[in-house]
Amino acid sequence: MKNKRTELKVSAIRNGTVIDHIPSDVVYQVFGILSLDETSNQVYLGTNLDSKKLGKKGIIKISGKYFKDDEINKVSLVAPNATLIEIKDYEVSRKEKVQLPEIVNKIVKCINPKCVTNNQNVPTSFQVKQDHKGNMKLFCKYCEKTIGKQNIEFI
Amino acid sequence: MINLKGRSLVSITDYNKEEILRILDIAEEFEVNQRQNILNGHVIGSLFFEPSTRTRLSFESAVQYLGGSIIGFASPDVSSVTKGESLKDTILTVSNYSDLIVMRNPLDGSARYASEVSPVPILNAGDGANQHPTQCLLDLYSIRKTQGSLDNIHIAMVGDLKYGRTVHSLVQALSLFGATFHFVSPDSLKMPSSVKTWVKNANLEYYQYNDFMEVMPIADILYMTRIQGERFPDPLEYEKVKNAYILENSMLENTKDNLKVLHPLPRVNEITEDVDDNPKAYYFQQARNGVFVRQALIAAILGLK
Ligand SMILES: [Zn+2]
Repeated sequence: MKNKRTELKVSAIRNGTVIDHIPSDVVYQVFGILSLDETSNQVYLGTNLDSKKLGKKGIIKISGKYFKDDEINKVSLVAPNATLIEIKDYEVSRKEKVQLPEIVNKIVKCINPKCVTNNQNVPTSFQVKQDHKGNMKLFCKYCEKTIGKQNIEFI
Repeated sequence: MINLKGRSLVSITDYNKEEILRILDIAEEFEVNQRQNILNGHVIGSLFFEPSTRTRLSFESAVQYLGGSIIGFASPDVSSVTKGESLKDTILTVSNYSDLIVMRNPLDGSARYASEVSPVPILNAGDGANQHPTQCLLDLYSIRKTQGSLDNIHIAMVGDLKYGRTVHSLVQALSLFGATFHFVSPDSLKMPSSVKTWVKNANLEYYQYNDFMEVMPIADILYMTRIQGERFPDPLEYEKVKNAYILENSMLENTKDNLKVLHPLPRVNEITEDVDDNPKAYYFQQARNGVFVRQALIAAILGLK
């Protein structure tokens, strides 16, 4: 019964990618992180859907497109509990939680106004680290400043 | 065999323990025999995007003792930078004319970026508030020279520990050698947690103090820094702490025999002049050591040592 419901929910696309369990308030951020504003593929976007886990959740379905791991893993910066589902011919061919990437390039702004990335034409690059409490932090490769999760700003 | 040929130095953490020690060993050679004509025919680019007379003269002196030539600029107003040329273009241009580039730049991270775009090695002479690795190496050289070894020293760092980049780099570097750290500062200028995490990760210990005198009997090295008024959003707060961390000669009475007082200079009033004649004062020799260390770096990076 459970399987059938999952299948119904995601079978709206024949081939492509579903990102499920996105907190409703970051759906548009995920949209931006994956550059879906630039794609010509069909994209379905749902917010404020009922979810047992999150209360309200968002979901994004992209038809006819699969993402590289390092692309999809960026989603975890704002939606650490999101689920990646790949669909092939209406069947779930892959389903897993998004993973934190090791490196985050180009999409996050450095918090330091004096950082070279904010003053010259230099793409940002961060190492993903965890502090001793297990909180995710971004370490700027250039100015060596650390950005906490609450201060992450996307370009 | 440790080979640093072609290796940029942006951040002190770019070099491991053995590489740091190798530079200090070469610097020792230059202290004994400073004039060596090994840079003959080599050109060093020296790009100071902000003025820093002290650091620039030290580098120029190092190059000239080695018989090399220097090209570049001492401040951005005489260069194409004022015409809006990008850092990348300046680096690519000057790398056509030189074997190595020494760069000082007010932007944090500019040296890392320069090292990525430059075909010749970059020697960071200070990138904004971020790193100043040659200062760190001359501090290490001074500590080793006065203490006999870098291992397991007790170092007290005093003053502005929040913004002082030299103390941050020195903590990182000394963590490789098993130091114990004593941080003395007003509450508003305490060592940042990222630096303290570094100490913890190295399984070393640090202690924090408000009272300067507490560290006096313990320290092997007293590393003084300047508390700058402009760091304080509230001028009243500055008034409260500005005279709390001034070292006077009488305070050195009950200290260890091997204690040395270091300071990255320039000093303003944080060490009174009566300390200068005390044999424990070492800050002027410390600055002199900077030339040997810079000679060593240039020689090693060009593959001449
Ligand atoms: Zn940065």
